[in-house]
This record gives sequence, C-alpha cells and structure tokens, in this order.
Amino acid sequence: MDVGWIVDHLDDLSYRLVQHIWLAGIAVVIGFVISLGLAILAVRRRSTYGPILAISDILFTIPSVAVFVALVPVTGLTTTTVEVPLVMYTLLIFVRNIAAGLDSVPTDVLEAADGMGFTRRRRLWEVEFPLAIPLIVAGLRLASVSTIGLVTVSGILGDNFGGLGYFIFAGYDIGFPTEIYFGAIPSILLAIAADIVFVQLQNRATPWARVAAERVT
Amino acid sequence: MDILSQGFTWLTDPTHWDGPRGIPNRLLEHLLISGISLAIALAVALPIGIWVGHTRRHTALAVNIANIGRAVPSLAIIAIAVPIMSAIDPQLGFKVYPTVVGMVVLAVPPILVNTYAGIAGVDRDLVEAGRGMGMRESQLLRNVELPLAVPIIAAGIRSGGVQIVATVTLGAIFGFGGLGRYLIDGYAVGDHAQIWAGAVLVAALAITTELAFLVLQRRLTPRGLRLRQPRSGAEPEPEREVAAAT
Repeated sequence: MDVGWIVDHLDDLSYRLVQHIWLAGIAVVIGFVISLGLAILAVRRRSTYGPILAISDILFTIPSVAVFVALVPVTGLTTTTVEVPLVMYTLLIFVRNIAAGLDSVPTDVLEAADGMGFTRRRRLWEVEFPLAIPLIVAGLRLASVSTIGLVTVSGILGDNFGGLGYFIFAGYDIGFPTEIYFGAIPSILLAIAADIVFVQLQNRATPWARVAAERVT
Repeated sequence: MDILSQGFTWLTDPTHWDGPRGIPNRLLEHLLISGISLAIALAVALPIGIWVGHTRRHTALAVNIANIGRAVPSLAIIAIAVPIMSAIDPQLGFKVYPTVVGMVVLAVPPILVNTYAGIAGVDRDLVEAGRGMGMRESQLLRNVELPLAVPIIAAGIRSGGVQIVATVTLGAIFGFGGLGRYLIDGYAVGDHAQIWAGAVLVAALAITTELAFLVLQRRLTPRGLRLRQPRSGAEPEPEREVAAAT
C-alpha cells in the first residue's frame, strides 16, 4: 500500500465520489419517474402487468458490461451511454415494488375513499400512493444500492466515467494495487452506506412496524 | 440497423465457432466457472442457512451479513481479489480465481437468506406436530422443514445462479475468458461487430439461464405446494428482488 500516493490523490477521490453519486442519482430519479408511470399503468390495466414485468425482467438479466460497450457505437462516449443502462436496471426493481405497494392498499380503504367522493386521481395521490410508501422506499433502497454498484462498471467507458470505479480500471491497467484498493474499498463502503441510510428511511416510513415490534417484545 | 447486421455476420462466421477463442469454447469456460462458483456458494450458504433457519439462532447476524454482501459491487470484489491473490502466489491473481471469489460473494447472500427464510417460515404447528409424533430434530429437518422450504430455497438458488452467469462477464475485464472476452476485446480494438455479437451471446445466455432455473424451480417444488401458488403474480416472489448489480 502506497500511503503517499493515497494522500496525494484525496482530491481525486472526492471528485470521483461526487461523480459516482451524481451518475447514480440521475439514474435513480429518471428510473423512478418512468417506473411510476409503468406501475400505475400495470395496476390500472391488469393485462399490461405481466408484459411490463416480463420486459423489465429480461432487460434486468442482461449483463451491464454488454449494454455499456454495445451502446458506444450508437450514443458515443457520453453520459447517455452511462445512464441508459443504469436507468434500465432500476425499472424492474421500481416497477415491482411500486406496483406491489399500490396493490397492498386494502379494498376497504379504496371503497372508503370512493364513498367520500374522491376522484380516481385524488384517490391515487392522497390514499394509494402514501400507503404504498413503505414498499416504494424498499424499492428505492434496492435500486440505489444496485445502481451504485453498476456505476463502477461504467469505468470501462474511459476516464470520464465510472465514479470510484475509475480507480479500479486505472489501477488494474498499470498493475498498481494501491489504486485498485483506492477505488474498490470506497465503492464498497458507499454501497453499504447507502443501504444503511435507506434502511433508516424505511424505518421512518413505517413507524407502525417499530411500534408493533416493541409491543411484541 | 447496420451494426446489428454486422454483428449477425460476425456471429455466423464459421471461424468464430472454432478453436480456443471460438464461441463454443468461450461458452464452455463461462458455464464451467459459473457452475464451480455456484457449487462453492451452495456449499457455503446452504448449511449455514439451514442451521440458522432450524435453530433460529443468530438470525439477525446472518441477515445483516447477507444484506451487506448483496450491497457490495462485484467489480470491486474481483478487483480487490486480483492483487491479494497475486501477493499469495503470482500465478493466482491472473487466472480465474479472482472471478470465482467475486461470484461466490455475489451468490451467497440470496441463497443464504432464502434458505434461512424458507426454513424459518415453515408453519410452527407443523413442526410441533412432527415433534409430538416423536420425530428427532434431523427427521424434522429432512421430512418437514426442508420439503416445505424447497420453493423458496430454489428461488434463492435461481437468483444466485442467474446473477453469476450474468456477472461472470465482468471476469473478462480481469483476464478471465468466457463470453465477456468478446465485449472487452471488441471494445479494446473498436470492433463493433464483435461487441454486438458478444452482447447478444451474453444476453441470450443470461435469459436462457433464467428460464432454465425457472423450470428447475418448478420441477423441484413438491406437487402439493404448486397448487397454492398465486396466479395473479401481483405478489412479489419471496426475495427474488435481491438480485443486484451485474
């Protein structure tokens, strides 16, 4: 381990860390918006549920390296080439969790809202969506952690991308272990940190779960 | 779609189907390393999952370790394994071993969590009934808990297996063969036809694997349990959402 090199490159580390979070953040936000639309469609029109899920499942199965490099001749070495696969991989997680969340709302609650004269739109945003939040936050957690992992792979597209993964590729290319660790360990820590943050958020989103747990013990 | 037709031409070129760099050999490498990695992951995750699920001891610890494990980016694990294994023996770091390490770390969490959850989730009344009938702990496990947990355990193995087959592709970045080679080599020299052919091969293999595991999972499920499976598909399958970065 070359400590001197590490100290000299702390600026680079913070730059790559910000890039990592930025690339992951864009994908999670765009993926969420697209998925929200798809999930509402899937829940409203049941016949679309199967095909939407099947297509997102197939997209999800395709290895990310393949999509990153295959897009280069189409979209070039651009942020689009990084974001298209990243967004693609969030779809399955988001669609499934949002749809499951909307489905988890009890029929009694829906009927009560209808009885109170809620329009369909108002019922969706004021009743169904809030009650779906616990599962949506669970999806947010999985999607964020998975996307953070995938951002490292985008380092294959060259020096302008990859976030912390940049150091992994650069270090491997020149056979310099310190630089590999310098990228790999922070990217592992970032993924774990994101997981922990979202678990906290999950607990906050479902205070009743905690109350129930306390009652049991 | 010019690139697509170029990719197709590449795929149908007979010289690409021959020799150590040919598609059959790369496919074999890919599947062999996936199989070995899955076997190691099973050897690690199944006993621990069964023990934790049956005794219900250290459940929080097991689940937490599995959660951390599935958060970890595979690329980072393989990359770290390269210099560490090279330090042990220069030969080790530049062969398939770092890739295997990454794949085991990838597949253990879903298998472990599902094995634990499947066994711990068996109706306690059934277990107590078995105990009342004088079954020993090992009999309870073999005749009551394991058969009922099979669908969930199989879902975990499917998840782990599919993720391995997709992610072994990353091994090509670190010198391992497999189908990922076409992506990495094609990218290195700007051969778009080869990249697209590789992408198609890798995607087709991943999807085929997913389907194969689905069939296997259905076969393994005891007949009595198949009837109860929800038809709507509205309910998320147990822990299938564990699938992470490939």
